[in-house]
Amino acid sequence: MSDTQNTHVTGYRFSILIWVDLLILTLLTIEVAQFDFQSLTVIVALVIATIKSYLVGTHFMHLKFENKFLKAVVIGVGVLFLAVLIVLFSDYLFY
Amino acid sequence: MTAIPQSGTYINFFEVKRGFMSWLVTADHKRIALLYFYAIMGFFIVAFGLGLVMRLELIAPGATILDPQTYNEVFTLHGVIMIFLFIIPGIPAIFGNFALPMLIGAPDVAFPKLNLISWYLYVLGGLLALSTLLFGDGPADTGWTFYAPYSVKTGTNVTVAVLAAFVLGFSSILTGLNFIVTMHQMRAPGMTWFKMPLFPWALYATAWIQVLATPIIGITLLMIVAERTLGLGLFDPALGGDPVLYQHLFWIYSHPAVYIMALPAMGIVSETIPVFVKKSIFGYKVIVYSSLAIAFIGYFVWGHHMFTSGMSGPARVIFSVLTFLVAIPSAIKVFNWVATLYKGAIDIKVPLLYALAFIFQFAIGGLTGLVVGALATDIHVHDTYFVVGHFHYVMFGGTGFAFFGALHFYYPKIWGRMYNLKWANIAFVIFFIGFNLVYFPMLVLGMMGMPRRYYDYLPEFTLPNLISTIGSWVLAIGLVIMLVNLINGRKGPKASTNPWQSVTLDWTHTQSPPTLYNFDETPQVERGPYDYRNYEQYLKEHNKN
Repeated sequence: MSDTQNTHVTGYRFSILIWVDLLILTLLTIEVAQFDFQSLTVIVALVIATIKSYLVGTHFMHLKFENKFLKAVVIGVGVLFLAVLIVLFSDYLFY
Repeated sequence: MTAIPQSGTYINFFEVKRGFMSWLVTADHKRIALLYFYAIMGFFIVAFGLGLVMRLELIAPGATILDPQTYNEVFTLHGVIMIFLFIIPGIPAIFGNFALPMLIGAPDVAFPKLNLISWYLYVLGGLLALSTLLFGDGPADTGWTFYAPYSVKTGTNVTVAVLAAFVLGFSSILTGLNFIVTMHQMRAPGMTWFKMPLFPWALYATAWIQVLATPIIGITLLMIVAERTLGLGLFDPALGGDPVLYQHLFWIYSHPAVYIMALPAMGIVSETIPVFVKKSIFGYKVIVYSSLAIAFIGYFVWGHHMFTSGMSGPARVIFSVLTFLVAIPSAIKVFNWVATLYKGAIDIKVPLLYALAFIFQFAIGGLTGLVVGALATDIHVHDTYFVVGHFHYVMFGGTGFAFFGALHFYYPKIWGRMYNLKWANIAFVIFFIGFNLVYFPMLVLGMMGMPRRYYDYLPEFTLPNLISTIGSWVLAIGLVIMLVNLINGRKGPKASTNPWQSVTLDWTHTQSPPTLYNFDETPQVERGPYDYRNYEQYLKEHNKN
C-alpha cells in the first residue's frame, strides 16, 4: 500500500499549473456573473465550478491515482448532488 | 501505553487503567461510549426539564409560570438540546460506539483518537449551546429551525447557538466517517457484508447520511452568521436573496437528519427482537435494503416541510410523491419485525417491551406522517400541535424508546451487573402510559386547530392540554423510577456474560464487561447473525465462562 502511495508524486510545476487554471476559472466565474443568462445563469456557474472541482479532485486530492471503488464513491456523491439540485430547481423553475 | 492483558487473565475495560485522566485521554471505544453516555444523559435531563416547564405553562389558558419571551427561549433550547445533543448522537455515539466493533468482531473503531476528538467536539458544542443562557439577551428564541429572516433579526444569542450546532455537526461527521471505515476495513474473517448484524447495517446507512448531509447544515448555519454579522442579504429579498432558500438548505440536511435519528433506532429494534424470540429475523436482506433505501430516498423529501412556505405546484407534488415513497421501506421493516414475532418463542423481557413500544408508537408517528405528507391535509394541520404530536411519536416514541431499550439491553454487557427486572417493568409501564398521555392529546389539539409555539391558547383547548400536562408528570415519574433502578443496578447481582442468550459476537465471544480489545483472539465467523438453530449447543461451545 505504502509503495503505491509513493509512485504518483507530481512536481511543483504541474501543481502550480493546475492552481493557475483554477485562478483563471475563478476570474471567469466573476466575469460571466456580469451577464444575464436568464435561466441558464446557475447552470453556467455550476459548469465552471464542476470543472474546478474536477481539477481539485483528480490532481490535488489524488483521485486520479485511486482505485475504482473510491472513484465510484466520489462519482456517486456527485450524482447525488446533481439530483438534489434538480429537485431543488423543481421549485424555482416553475414558480 | 496501556498494557495488553495476558491471555487467560480477565481484566475488563474499567480496570485496565484507573483514574479520571485515564478516561479523558482514552482511545477505547467502550470508554468513549460511556463518556458520551454521561454527557448525553446530562443534556437529556436538562432538555426533559425544559419540556416539563413548557407543559406546566400550558396547563391552563393565559400566563401561568412563564412570560411569552421566556417561553420562546425555553422551547428553542428544548429543541436544540433534544435534537442536536440527544436524539442525533444518542444511539450511534453511545451504543454504536460501544457495540459496533464487537458486533463485527473488531478490537476497536478504525480511528480511535478521532473518536475521542468527536466526543470533545460534542462537549464543546453542548457547552456553547448552554452558554447562550448566560450572556447577552438570552438564548435564541427562533425555534430549533433558526428560520430566516427572524433568526437574522432577533437580538437573542442566535450566532452562538448556530455555532454550537455547527461544532456538533463536525462531531457527527467524524463519527460517521469512523463507522464507515470501520465497517469496510475491520470486519472479522468470514463476516461478509450479508453476515453483518442489522444494527451495524443501520449505522452504516446512517453514517453515509451524516457524512453527506451534515456539511450542508454547517454551511447554512454559517450563512446565518454571515447574514447577522455582514448583512450579505442571502435571505433578504430586498437585496436579491430569498428566505425560502434558507428553508430549502436547512431541510436538505434536517430531513435526512430525521433518518440519522430513526435508522439507528430501527437497528436496535432489529437487534433486539430475534434475541427475545429465538428466531432468525424475517427478511434480513430486505431490512438491509430498506435501511439503504430510507437513507437514499430520505435525502429527497425535504420539501414536505415547506408545503405552505410558497413553493411551486410541481415541486410540492414531487416532494409529496417522494415522501410517500420513503414510507414504503419503513413499513416493510415494521412488517418484518412483526413477522419475526410470529410463531416465535417470545420471552417478554424489558428490552423487548421497549422494542414493541417502538413498533406501536413509530407506527402512529409514521401514519400521522402520511397526513402531513399529503398536500391537502397538510394545509389543515401545518404548524399545529398535530405536527408536534407526530414528531414526538416518531422521535421520542420511536427513537427515545429504542434508546432506553438499548440501555436495558446492553446494561449487563456494559457493567456486568443486572438491574431489578421487576422495577424495570414497572418503570416501562409508567413511562409508556405517560408518553401517550402527553402526546396523543397533541394530535387531537392539532386537528382542533391549536397552533404550535404559542404560550397561550383559547379556552376550548383546555382539557387536552391539561391531560397532556398531567401526562408529562407521569412520564417524569416513569423516567425517575427507570433511572434510579438503573443506578441501583450497578450494585445489583452479577450478570452472566450472555444473560439474553444472544448469538451475535458481542455477546458470545466477549466478557461482560468486555476486555480492552474485546476478543482474546480474532473470531472466525461462520454463521449468519441471527441463526438460532441449535443455539443452545452453539452457546455452550462459544459463551465465555
